[in-house]
Amino acid sequence: MSKGKGTFNKQLLIPIAALVALALFNLIKDPSFFKIALGENSAGDPVLSGYLITILDYGSELAILAIGMTLVTAASGGQDISVGAAIAIAGSVILRVLCGTNSRPEELQAPVIVAFLVACLVAMLFGAFNGILVAYFKIQPMVATLILFTAGRSIAAWINNNELPIISEPSFGYYGGYIPGVPIPTPFFIAMICVVVIMLVLKFTTLGLYTQAVGINGSSSRLNGINPQFIKFLTFVILGLCVAVAGLIKVSRLSTINYSVIAKDIEMDAILAVALGGNSLSGGKFNMTASILGAYVIQFLTTTLYKMNVQSDALSAYKAVVVIILVVLSTPIVRKKLSQLGAMILPKKKEA
Amino acid sequence: MKENAVLELHNINKSFPGVRALQGVDFTLREGEIHALMGENGAGKSTLIKVITGVYEKEDGEIYLAGNEGTVNIHSPQDAQDLGISTVYQEITLCPNLTVAENMYIGRTKSVMQNWKKMNEDADKILASLDIPAKASQQLASCSLAVQQMVAIARAVDMECKVLILDEPTSSLDDNEVQKLFGLMRDLKKKGVGIIFVTHFLDQVYEVCDRITVLRDGKLVGEYEIADLPRVELVSKMLGKELDDLSDIKGEVSNEDDTDKAEKVFEAEGLQSDAGIKPFDFYIRKGEVNGFTGLLGSGRSECVRAIFGADRVIGGTVKKNGKVVKISKPIDAMREGIAYLPEDRKVDGIVGDLSVRDNIILAAQVLRGFFKPISKAKAYKLADEYIDLLDIKTASADTPIKSLSGGNQQKVILARWLLMHPEYLILDEPTRGIDVGTKVDIQKLVLKLASEGMSVTFISSETDEMLRTCSRLVVMRDRKVVGELKGEELTQSGIMKTIAGGESNE
Repeated sequence: MSKGKGTFNKQLLIPIAALVALALFNLIKDPSFFKIALGENSAGDPVLSGYLITILDYGSELAILAIGMTLVTAASGGQDISVGAAIAIAGSVILRVLCGTNSRPEELQAPVIVAFLVACLVAMLFGAFNGILVAYFKIQPMVATLILFTAGRSIAAWINNNELPIISEPSFGYYGGYIPGVPIPTPFFIAMICVVVIMLVLKFTTLGLYTQAVGINGSSSRLNGINPQFIKFLTFVILGLCVAVAGLIKVSRLSTINYSVIAKDIEMDAILAVALGGNSLSGGKFNMTASILGAYVIQFLTTTLYKMNVQSDALSAYKAVVVIILVVLSTPIVRKKLSQLGAMILPKKKEA
Repeated sequence: MKENAVLELHNINKSFPGVRALQGVDFTLREGEIHALMGENGAGKSTLIKVITGVYEKEDGEIYLAGNEGTVNIHSPQDAQDLGISTVYQEITLCPNLTVAENMYIGRTKSVMQNWKKMNEDADKILASLDIPAKASQQLASCSLAVQQMVAIARAVDMECKVLILDEPTSSLDDNEVQKLFGLMRDLKKKGVGIIFVTHFLDQVYEVCDRITVLRDGKLVGEYEIADLPRVELVSKMLGKELDDLSDIKGEVSNEDDTDKAEKVFEAEGLQSDAGIKPFDFYIRKGEVNGFTGLLGSGRSECVRAIFGADRVIGGTVKKNGKVVKISKPIDAMREGIAYLPEDRKVDGIVGDLSVRDNIILAAQVLRGFFKPISKAKAYKLADEYIDLLDIKTASADTPIKSLSGGNQQKVILARWLLMHPEYLILDEPTRGIDVGTKVDIQKLVLKLASEGMSVTFISSETDEMLRTCSRLVVMRDRKVVGELKGEELTQSGIMKTIAGGESNE
């Protein structure tokens, strides 16, 4: 009997193939895409720069969200479209705690860790709100999260009385920028911590098995002693935690917040990351590594498009094309044809 | 083509990765006959049907159809329909929210405009000619399952089919409804339609069929006239071995009188759930096999679901070894050592996309707790152990359970609960829709477990199965427990009388 060891997960092929395709495209178009330079930032600290570093930097927030989105998708068979708005709320909370009553404080009114923990709590509460609507009231995830999607940015503005707080303390910028002396962007390290944490959670708890079981067959899961409602609820709360982390990175980058623009459309990228990872958007089985990889590939695509001087307004249209290709490629009909084609071209395909 | 044949298949081959599903199978269907297609699960019945209906494409072989020159090619279900081959599946594939007439004509109108009045009149005519008790304008959902099944057939018939395939049409019908369906089948037979009938119920085969074709392991065993093939021989042909297993079991049961004195493991008093059953009392002794019996819808499943906490319990107490325990949801029952194999394997049992391994460890894992996952190596070990123990036919422990045959899926679910080492195992219709060989395996296993001290409740719609395995039967009628039979009273007629409430002449 095969022990499954050493067999390469086919699902990873999808994001890897996309990554290779994008890399090849850039290599042909303009090899300078891959140039990485060591320079200095305004504070005089050494930093790496280049398109690849940008991908690592911005792809990281997406990767963090993809973790939560993967779990929500697996358990509920739907997606949370409110993460962008929830990031605005989390970011707003962080600034509010750091600034206190004054919107332009000379020094921080509270340690960043406290602000972050408060933001975690708030974001998890909003996650719980979504979770309750989905799990206990059985509302379609997209419909349920539409509420927060619509109201979230107003709530974010309200938290700071619609003022625009600005943090002048430079150390606050470390989370979304660089720690002095470390040339690699901090978000990458934060993302790696999140990845390690989720991998440990998946290894040392049964979260993975439960979410998949609930997503595939809720009724059977219940008869096996699982509480499907609670598992769905839990995934939304976990996504809330991911939102808080992404919120910290976002507001740290700017040291301020723009309620209507911060993390705009990021939910679509996060969902796309899950899809690009070859995970079914209707729930069930998932592969976390593939989703995380998918997040970086999405950022690779975005950065490539920016480099080609595509205007940010037009970006979504280009991404939509990618989405269409992906969704069509993942349909059973096309997959069957592709595997037939593959069998014809490579009669004896080796195990990767 | 042979004389009278409407459909002839020659040397059909079809393979799937790792399996040769059909190997050189021949099949002949004659005009105006009902032809049973028999075989264990995995024998190739479904594959053969799917080749005929164009769901799968054959790799090799010829199909001849009356009225067509030479061989015919069937590439899609649409092709099959156009050639006059209609299929009615086990699950009703109509739209319950449309009317009967709409269901009969959906997807068949060629023009943009629809003459609703004419459609209803036509439908009524067909329904009347087939003696189907439904009105054209009635919403389909308001008809009984049997009538819905008949409407599906009426739809097929009206498409002027020459070949009608009935794939387990009776599995969700009660006896009365089955009789109505058979009436309809006999009518069609008189009209010259060739009917292929797939079923697991041997009684039904002998009641209504003219010929039997038996498949085993993807190969043709033979074609027989019904009169030439006694039941026992049919079963032995399907299994490919002489069958004395069934009588073996019986011998084992009878000497189990001392369970009467064993202590009661579980006791329920006035138990009631929101599924609409009347409060009932219940007990099970250590090492005892008991059963719930009654007609379809009498509340058998609801009773055991209440014991397991699968439906919301709204009254009564449950005692374990004399001590009151609170069971309000499945996990509570599992913690008390109760396992429940649900009636509907597809809906409540399997977690389709997950591997056989994950499906086996699921309940034991949940019982261990969220923070104590079973390691991968251990899971493989346990899965392999039970795959061996129950002789589950699967390519590997990593295979998704949904790609297994019904009987093997059921064994996986059984493995899941055995792995939990329950004190009390509830099996709700464990043998429904699975092959004879597996049925016998499961019955034997039940008796073996009981002899090792496990208490088992066994529910089956096939009374003789219950008589073979159970030492005590709780009889239900109209969602109420109406009697209990044991020892001498355990006979077909005893059960009938109790179900009918003593008025057996009614």
